[in-house]
Amino acid sequence: MSATSPAEVDPTLAPDEITFLAKPWVTIVWNDPVNLMSYVTYVFRTYFGYPKEKAEKLMLEVHEQGRSVVSTGTREDMERDVQAMHEYGLWATMEKAS
Amino acid sequence: MSGFARHLASGAVIAHFNGLEADLLRSLASQLVELLHNEQAVEDVSPDPLRAMLDFTGPVSEPDDPVLARLFPNAYRDDEEAAADFRRYTEGGLRDGKARAASTVIDCLEEAGLPEQLTEEGLVIDVELDPATAEVWLRSFTDIRLALAVRLGVEEDDEAYWHSLPDDDPRVQAHDIYDWMGYLQETLVTALA
Repeated sequence: MSATSPAEVDPTLAPDEITFLAKPWVTIVWNDPVNLMSYVTYVFRTYFGYPKEKAEKLMLEVHEQGRSVVSTGTREDMERDVQAMHEYGLWATMEKAS
Repeated sequence: MSGFARHLASGAVIAHFNGLEADLLRSLASQLVELLHNEQAVEDVSPDPLRAMLDFTGPVSEPDDPVLARLFPNAYRDDEEAAADFRRYTEGGLRDGKARAASTVIDCLEEAGLPEQLTEEGLVIDVELDPATAEVWLRSFTDIRLALAVRLGVEEDDEAYWHSLPDDDPRVQAHDIYDWMGYLQETLVTALA
C-alpha cells in the first residue's frame, strides 16, 4: 500500500478527493467458470495479504456479481497487481477508478 | 488416491499417485509447456529508449489460440494501445513463468520415480513438496484446468450438460479428467491454506 506524505496534501481538498487523487486506478477480477472459490480466496489472501474475511467477501463478489475491485492504487501498482493475477490464472483487468 | 495433504511434522505437502495418474499429469503439463512455447513471445531487453520504442518483437495483440488468450487476457478493456503496451512488457515473462511452473511439475514427478515410459504396473509415485514448490504446482494446475476448460467449452453451472452426454462421447472422458484436476486442486489449496 502506498501512503501520501502529509506535506504533499493540498489542505483545501476534502478527504475523499485526496483518496481519489492518490489512488486513481483499480484492479478488477472477473468471474470465470473454472477457478475454484477456495483458490480465488487463497490468491487474495496470499498475494494481497488480506484477512480471511475480506478475501472471502471479494471472492463472493466476483462469484455472485461477476466482478470485484480487489485493489486500488497508482497505475504502476495496478499493472503489477494485474500481472500477478495473470500469473495466478485469474482474469484481471485495470481501469481508472470511477 | 486421496489428493494432497499437509504433513504436520515437516510442513511438506504430500500426495500419492498411481503410475497412470502421474503419467497423465506429466502429459498435461508437457502439453502446456509446448503450447506456451508456440509463437513464443520475445522479451524486450533493450536499454536504449529509442530502440525500445522501435522494437516490435514483443507481442502486442491477443494470442490467436483461445487457451493462450485466456492465460494472457487483455489488461485494459477499453484502451487498445495501453493493452498492447502491457502485453509487450509482461507476456514474455508470464509465458516463461507458466512454462517453468509446468516443467517443475514434470521434474517433481520424475524425481519421485515416474519413468520416461510407463511400463510397470502397480507403480506408486509419492510426491513430497515444500510449500513454495506446492504453490508452483497450485498455479500450474490452474493453467492446466483453464486450458482444458477452454478446449472443452466449460461454462458456469453446466454439470447437467456433461452428465447428459452418452458415456462413449470422448468429451466425457476429457471432462472427467478436468473434474479430477479440480478435485486435486481443491485438496492442494486446503493443504496450503
